[in-house]
Amino acid sequence: MSTLSVINDWIKHGSKVLDLGCGDGEILFNLRESKNIVALGVEIEEKNIEQCLLKNINVIEQNIDYGLSNFTSNSFAVVIMSQTIQVLKKPEIALSEITRIGEVCIVTIPNFGHWRSRLSLLFTGKMPITEPLPDNWYDTPNIHLCTLKDFEILCSYLSINIKERILVNSDNQKRWYLNIWPNLFCASAVYKISN
Amino acid sequence: MDNKIDNIGKVEPTSAEFANELVLESGKKLRNITMVYETYGELNEDKSNAILVCHALSGNHHAAGYHEDENERLGWWDGLIGPDKAIDTNKYFVVSPNNLGGCHGTTGPTSINPETNEIYGPDFPIITVSDWVNCQALLADFLDIEIWHSVIGGSLGGMQALWWSIAYPNRIKKAGVIASAPKLSAQNIAFNEVARQAIITDPDFQEGYYLKAGSAPKQGLRLARMVGHITYLSDEAMKKKFGRELKEDKLNFGFGAEFEVESYLRYQGDIFSESFDANTYLLMTKLLDYFDPADEFSGNLVDAFKSIKAQVLVVSFTSDWRFSPERSKEISNALIEANKNVSCLEINSSHGHDSFLFPEKRYVNAIKAFLGNSE
Repeated sequence: MSTLSVINDWIKHGSKVLDLGCGDGEILFNLRESKNIVALGVEIEEKNIEQCLLKNINVIEQNIDYGLSNFTSNSFAVVIMSQTIQVLKKPEIALSEITRIGEVCIVTIPNFGHWRSRLSLLFTGKMPITEPLPDNWYDTPNIHLCTLKDFEILCSYLSINIKERILVNSDNQKRWYLNIWPNLFCASAVYKISN
Repeated sequence: MDNKIDNIGKVEPTSAEFANELVLESGKKLRNITMVYETYGELNEDKSNAILVCHALSGNHHAAGYHEDENERLGWWDGLIGPDKAIDTNKYFVVSPNNLGGCHGTTGPTSINPETNEIYGPDFPIITVSDWVNCQALLADFLDIEIWHSVIGGSLGGMQALWWSIAYPNRIKKAGVIASAPKLSAQNIAFNEVARQAIITDPDFQEGYYLKAGSAPKQGLRLARMVGHITYLSDEAMKKKFGRELKEDKLNFGFGAEFEVESYLRYQGDIFSESFDANTYLLMTKLLDYFDPADEFSGNLVDAFKSIKAQVLVVSFTSDWRFSPERSKEISNALIEANKNVSCLEINSSHGHDSFLFPEKRYVNAIKAFLGNSE
């Protein structure tokens, strides 16, 4: 399940949306159905790119790590980066860039401070392998994992405003108890940020 | 023959006559234009499945299937056009013309000038991509095709697809711009100039009136083709294909064709110089040099793309150094900035510029998906 239902509420009808690391285009496809957005995806996986084309989602084959300078400032109403920031070589540059390109950015991150990861490290003494992060430390694409706290500190350091934050459990559900100790209980968080 | 199995089969060219005058970009006029073309597949009832295929520098209308004569040689894009292929002739009606100024039946330098009743030769006017596209539009009218499902081509063919989407935004739904560039670089023009000089300085060129003189600048055309051919291949492709293989097992300490690559280039040059018209080649290289849609917008490609309504697919190939992936990105980035519908792919391929001719799986699937999708 995706965090789509959460994202959906933040997107206005007919807005221009850029999805960085758009995968098979699912999020953009659904947003086009529900909100009639103007969609553009950026992706590097060949299979995913083909899937986007089949869905008639415009897609650019581009490695985010090589920069986003081809996108002009404030050229998109919304920039989405869902479960992507942790695979980037320079997450801090990417964050600065997306807030330059989008009036609003929606960033979804897996929370490495989740209690399962913490317990796993505490008791096994090995890098946690969990359902959302199933790879070994040596072959994982997730090279820049962070906790909610880490992410928020980086945003503050980059003078990026966190306008909203939605906390979800491992089933992508909002639950009241997540607010008690977000950095411990949340599996993921969806941030709405801007410059 | 084996190659009959998966191709469209025997095809025959046909031709259209345009009585009306065509005013060229240069201001000159052409009348009584004949345009030779081939079609593959069937036009559907509402005429919504027509795809225009645009040929490149030395191409012609024979894009798919085979002719009964000519040793049953397959069309230049047979790898991509045919039943169940990238451009699926079971679904689409494919139109492939020989462009204006060509030498395979369409009005060109080898045709008779109706004003003088003599062969045009070097007096055939300089034509541009815009003239080509305008002439293709006449063919669309002739075939009663109001809107192309797609216009697609590689290299110079991609430039035509791009120009179609700029100049006739209401007559094209999709544009496939493959292994192309928004304009030639100084290096590209330099290679073209070497080719032109090879032809023009051939004593048999006779200032272009070689047909009248009963000669042909074959040596020059041959050299031009050899230079061109090097730019179509990649270093890697040449290494793979020829390496330093010798024709005989030893060096002969002479200037004959000793290495395989030498004999290959000579062979390619020979065939080409027998079958292609030198004036046409000159025209087509000039047409490439002149192409620059941004020119009338003070060099701003984004502004040049403002009129586009078509969905554009830009495809480049990693080993293409003639029109490198960077050149394709210039197109796609300007389209993004102009708020147009664009997808851009960079395909891994070792065939250099020629990659667009080969039905590599990812490339084929991308074209298929792009042509087949609809909102």
